[in-house]
Amino acid sequence: MILSRMPWFLIAQRLGIALLTLIVVSFAVFFATELLPGDVAEILLGQAATPEAVAGLRDAMGLDQPALSRFIGWLIGLLGGDFGTSYVNNMPVAELIGGRLVNSLKLAGLTTLLAVPVALTLGISAAMWRNSIFDRIISMLTISVISVPEFMVATLSVLIFAVWLDWLPALSFGVNVDSWSAILRAYAMPVITLGFVVSAQMIRMTRAAVIETINTPYVEMALLKGASRSRMVLRHALPNALGPIANAVALSLSYLVGGVIIVETIFNYPGVAKLMLDAVSTRDLPLIQSCAMIFCVSYLLLITLADLVAILSNPRLR
Amino acid sequence: MLKTLSFPLRIVSPKTYGYRFSWVGRIGLGVILLWAGLAIFGPALQPYPPGEIVDWDYFGPMSDQFWLGTDYLGRDILSRILMGARYTLGIALASVFLACAAGVILGMVAAVIGGWFDTILSRLLDAFNGIPSLLFGLVVVAAIGSSIPVLIMTLAAIYLPGSYRFARALAVNVNTMDFVTVARARGEGTPYLIAREIFPNILGPVLADLGLRFVFIVLVLSGLSFLGLGVQPPYADWGALVRENIEGLSLGAPAVVFPSLAIASLTISVNMFIDNLPTKIRDRS
Repeated sequence: MILSRMPWFLIAQRLGIALLTLIVVSFAVFFATELLPGDVAEILLGQAATPEAVAGLRDAMGLDQPALSRFIGWLIGLLGGDFGTSYVNNMPVAELIGGRLVNSLKLAGLTTLLAVPVALTLGISAAMWRNSIFDRIISMLTISVISVPEFMVATLSVLIFAVWLDWLPALSFGVNVDSWSAILRAYAMPVITLGFVVSAQMIRMTRAAVIETINTPYVEMALLKGASRSRMVLRHALPNALGPIANAVALSLSYLVGGVIIVETIFNYPGVAKLMLDAVSTRDLPLIQSCAMIFCVSYLLLITLADLVAILSNPRLR
Repeated sequence: MLKTLSFPLRIVSPKTYGYRFSWVGRIGLGVILLWAGLAIFGPALQPYPPGEIVDWDYFGPMSDQFWLGTDYLGRDILSRILMGARYTLGIALASVFLACAAGVILGMVAAVIGGWFDTILSRLLDAFNGIPSLLFGLVVVAAIGSSIPVLIMTLAAIYLPGSYRFARALAVNVNTMDFVTVARARGEGTPYLIAREIFPNILGPVLADLGLRFVFIVLVLSGLSFLGLGVQPPYADWGALVRENIEGLSLGAPAVVFPSLAIASLTISVNMFIDNLPTKIRDRS
């Protein structure tokens, strides 16, 4: 009886931690941007910053209230879908982000669709033929991709696919996306780069998960009774490795968050990350805060999902 | 995780057992020492002043005069990479030591004291782990403005929670051992327990963890510099060198390739070194 309640308790606990994390994260995001040097009203007014104008603008923007009450107001606004107004062009932040978010999600979604099947196949087969040439090559490649910065993967793929092979356009995006081939060509470089970054981690973790199950006595038993290697891995080991693998997939997808920032910058892709970097250079606080929250929430969603999958897929907890 | 590349007929003598060191690890160590040497003696070795325009051509090719070519202004890339080594290695080392020192001390204290102190600290630092590292660096550096102390503190703050979690997990295990119980029964205080009983027993894995964290920090630092938020011109670390010369990418210029290679050679060799550390150091506890 107690055992049957265990996973639900763990899940509730995990969700509680996620909620707590979210509050800490929003606190950090809000106050980190509050640290911006200089007075926002003065910066916005520029040449016209007479003391009266500054005081008026501060009053209008609610900047004269204590930071904590502004934080709570901001948080309540976020919950109600009100992201505030951009300082720079007075447009609602939600409107600015809307289209960009769709773009970023397209990029992330396409990468996921492409990277997950490839990474799982490579990871599982590397584990199946462990210590073979194939496995060694995969290991070397994934270690190299993991230990270099994302922008290097991007520059390298530009160098290979655009400069040397001349297959794809290098640093341009969205010139004319009217035909299917044009769309494919436009998305190819960012998706390839992100795919490399995400799948390297996924391949390693999948391989480790499968090998861990292969090392258990019952799989060894299957091998001893004469099951073929592929049967041993696919029928005996894989079902038990599915939980850790799903966990690995969700966890590796969280690398999308960091990767997207770099990739959108390099390829000039009109997504949320590009918007945020532009907001950083114009010091547009509400925009920076909202974009940062979008990234933090998606990251948190993915790692929480990874934990939940790990809990749910563990039959010992059921 | 444990990788043993043992030779089947090797005779294990007590002297070599556990301290064997594979060739891959030695190569890694060699590259690390090479970069460390270049960073220390860089100013004596550089052929030209790194900030000076020495070539009329931009994105010059590799030649006898400029071994690694010239950058977008005609500055010597070799000299600039040597200068960048100081920034990349220096900032990364400083922040990794800060992060690990603070994380390990807090982790050990939490493990020894336990109770509400442990719970609250663990929950709080776990919460900070929920922020993507590059994003955190980006927001903080954008907010405070980029300078080297800010970069070091930010990077240290990003990697402190991970180091804390790692050290705490190790220390909790050691904490239950008999010699710690005995020391506690003797009436030793927390500082003694931490410094004399627990720390020596988690040192090996903590050092290995420090190496891995160093790689992460180099990656995030390069990422920040690549986005223009790291080391500011006229100085440049390796990430900033790639950013400066990214225009030369479509020309396949050495000015983009070599700083990237510098980062890759450093991070890959640290990984190789840590992966092949003698098992006795890695898994001491």
